[in-house]
Amino acid sequence: MTTTTAPLLDVTGVTMRFGGLTAVNDVSLTVGEGEIIGLIGPNGAGKTTFFNCLTGLYVPTEGAVRYRGTVLPPKPHLVTQAGIARTFQNIRLFANMTVLENVLVGRHTRTREGIFSAILRLPRYHHAEAESREKAMELLAFTGLAHKADHLARNLPYGEQRKLEIARALASDPGLLLLDEPTAGMNPQETRAAEELVFAIRDQGVSVLVIEHDMRFIFNLCDRTAVLVQGQKIVEGDRATVQNDERVISAYLGAPLESTTPAAPEDTQ
Amino acid sequence: MTTRTETTPVIPLPATAATTLTGLGALAVAASAAMSWTWTSDFPGDLTYYGSPVGLQWLAVAAGVLTLALLLATLGTPGLRWAAPTRSNNAVLYAATGALAVAAYSVTSISTELGGLANLEPGGWVLAGGGLLGVLGALGLPLDRRTHVPLRILDKRLFLLLPAAPVGWIAAHAIPGDKPVAPVMTALSGALAIAAGAVLLLQLGHLANSQLRLGKVDRPLPAPRELPSWVEVLLIVAAFGVGSYAITFGIDTDYGELFIGYLLLIAFMIAALAGSGLLGRLRALTLKYRPVTTGAAFAAAASFPFQTGEQYASVATNILIFATVALGLNIVVGLAGLLDLGYVAFLGVGAYAAALVSGSPASPIHVQLPFWAAVIVGAAVSMVFGVVIGAPTLRLRGDYLAIVTLGFGEIFRITMQNLNGTTGPNVTNGSNGIPRIPELNILGFDFSQTHALGGIQIGRFGNYYLLMLLVTALVVLVFARVGNSRIGRAWIAIREDETAAEAMGINGFRLKLLAFALGACLAGVAGTVQAHVTYTVTPDQYTFADALPPNSAFLLAAVILGGMGTISGPLAGATLLFLIPKKLEFLSDYQLLVFGAALIVLMRVRPEGLIPNRRRQLEFHEADEPAPPAADDDTTALTKAGA
Ligand SMILES: Nc1ncnc2c1ncn2[C@@H]1O[C@H](COP(=O)(O)OP(=O)(O)O)[C@@H](O)[C@H]1O
Ligand SMILES: [Mg+2]
Repeated sequence: MTTTTAPLLDVTGVTMRFGGLTAVNDVSLTVGEGEIIGLIGPNGAGKTTFFNCLTGLYVPTEGAVRYRGTVLPPKPHLVTQAGIARTFQNIRLFANMTVLENVLVGRHTRTREGIFSAILRLPRYHHAEAESREKAMELLAFTGLAHKADHLARNLPYGEQRKLEIARALASDPGLLLLDEPTAGMNPQETRAAEELVFAIRDQGVSVLVIEHDMRFIFNLCDRTAVLVQGQKIVEGDRATVQNDERVISAYLGAPLESTTPAAPEDTQ
Repeated sequence: MTTRTETTPVIPLPATAATTLTGLGALAVAASAAMSWTWTSDFPGDLTYYGSPVGLQWLAVAAGVLTLALLLATLGTPGLRWAAPTRSNNAVLYAATGALAVAAYSVTSISTELGGLANLEPGGWVLAGGGLLGVLGALGLPLDRRTHVPLRILDKRLFLLLPAAPVGWIAAHAIPGDKPVAPVMTALSGALAIAAGAVLLLQLGHLANSQLRLGKVDRPLPAPRELPSWVEVLLIVAAFGVGSYAITFGIDTDYGELFIGYLLLIAFMIAALAGSGLLGRLRALTLKYRPVTTGAAFAAAASFPFQTGEQYASVATNILIFATVALGLNIVVGLAGLLDLGYVAFLGVGAYAAALVSGSPASPIHVQLPFWAAVIVGAAVSMVFGVVIGAPTLRLRGDYLAIVTLGFGEIFRITMQNLNGTTGPNVTNGSNGIPRIPELNILGFDFSQTHALGGIQIGRFGNYYLLMLLVTALVVLVFARVGNSRIGRAWIAIREDETAAEAMGINGFRLKLLAFALGACLAGVAGTVQAHVTYTVTPDQYTFADALPPNSAFLLAAVILGGMGTISGPLAGATLLFLIPKKLEFLSDYQLLVFGAALIVLMRVRPEGLIPNRRRQLEFHEADEPAPPAADDDTTALTKAGA
């Protein structure tokens, strides 16, 4: 594939309105094959809403999302099927399932075994099931959770729950992984480990779009970073571009832009 | 997370005194069975004889002997040590309390039904004294207790009910009986009295809990002794034999007093055996030999008609129908998390479909399909109904589904009533139903006849029981296999968090529809057998709520009471829910009151259900983990609505 072909993800002019509130305003963004892209912005800027528009949880009021050149249908399961997986800002694991089962659920789109296959349990069923388990255990080993495979998800410590969300998302063999504040609530060591994990994911050929507050994390990691303020993308570029942009500085220092950013609720996902 | 525990007696007694008292009490309870408990034969079962125990007296023997055995086992008596692997004295206390419960219940029901304590013979006094002595002694044994349990006080306003109850009573009596408000006042004062009693009991319960500090203390099981595997298999078989005998005994109890005594005994003995670690041992064995366990369970169930007469085979057949449908509902409610309040309608669809093609003279379709074809028709029609109801409603989340299914259940019943030739085309013969459904005859095996199987006469209900058991086996198989597969995991994921499940690539609507259709199909199969068992299908058999199962409310209760998402849970829950109202008929007016109270007590004691989900059992991991993060909990709750 040459660099001139269509990007992996191509978002054009996405707008999301809730009644009078425009949470995302005419945002365009591209993610190329093998890239790590950052998305930053103050609380309530519309980052999570933007993710929800990409993954079919919300139907954007305007704009289109293309993945590998085709427009994505606004249905979460079809988006995942197409190859975009995500994690949630507020961890949403299947709390009463084991760690392994959580990852197996992530394999859902990549397996076919139906109800008759499950009842009859022909050799093919056992084969598919064993393959799923093997793949799931590989992912658990990759994220460092293999020793917790039989624990209930809700009994994991916070940092491991975040890792499990990533493992579960990776189970669907995505081409693009969306991470919504993957280091929220982590200590510096865990954050370092998360950085390593994101690099390792990229090295496996998965592109990553990551929302973060931690500047160090973002600038260590990302090829490009986009800044969202009050639903609008105000700048996009490499570390220097973003850091020296005065609109970014004022947004982060809280100085008035046009009108001050309202103290919006922390999150919606 | 870990609660601190200590091993101390509740009543300070010298160790030997406590042991002796417990042993003597247990002996006295058992021995009292050989004496007369009362002097007239008016009390059911006739407890007037010396030397030949009957009914309740056998329960006393069992309670006394078990208490004694557990006492000796925890003391480490050679030959009995296997009965108490944990050596916890709590087991002895629970058993002794069970003996006291049986004793207290027997003595009070004798003296209230016959009018006064004067009706007790020496045996009755020995029984009561022995029960008390045993518990006093057991409270003096070193028990596993929590170091601190705070005293919970109920909402202060509730205590206003205590003075209000006598005031209401006086007021109700002060009003002349001919005044129109008199019945209202009587009802009101009755309700007040019940509420006040409940408050008093609850508060006393909290008080006792804070003093005894016995709840939620589990000793770890020591590693079991190595046994050859054939011995382990034999142990499983023996355990199922004992279990089958105990359940058969319960179904066969022929008067209500005996059944209540039996339930008390069983409840406390299960607690005692859990405390002694014996149940834990058994569970480990059953997990090790899965196929043997399944086989033993079915053999035990199949042995039922061989152990008992036609009368109880009929009860057991109805229990089996109810339990099987409850298990089908558990796919919908327990696995996929869909609240279906009209599930019994699918049983009805299956039954009506089978009745219409059964060759009954009242059926407008004059065909008689062979039974296997009728089963397929029943299953298919039921499934179609499931899809038709599900397709428009399953796109909704939460409470809407409950309301729509509730409506569908009633629409089904009323439609069956109206397809009677007057208010609609004649299909179902209206509220008279479809009578005279012919008996089954499969490959020359006539279900209406008594057959000798293995030298034992099996009658009509025995035949249908065995057929129904096959259907139950089918539903168990489907539940077990589908529940533990890609589809089952997707259902559980939807139940846990539908938004996250869809984000993992699960087509929520399709899978919910699948659960709904499968559940409907299995209930339909059960319905085809039910039509033949009951001879007649009428619309009134399929209501939302009724005093007797199966109806949608009871089905749901069986699933929740038994344990959501498990196989044995709904089976156990359905058995209990079928037997309790049936055996409580002797309480006449108080039947429903006592039944309701029993349900409340059960759900208080075991909110996770009688047989909790394996997933809940995994909580043993919790001890070595820090507490799960709580910070985000409130926001998660909010976002579920938002996303
Ligand atoms: N479902 C919704 N309905 C109404 N308003 C919403 C909804 N989801 C998000 N919002 C609003 O959109 C804005 C952006 O929120 P969000 O995307 O969560 O911000 P961020 O993730 O950048 O912190 C907030 O003001 C939030 O209140
Ligand atoms: Mg956010």
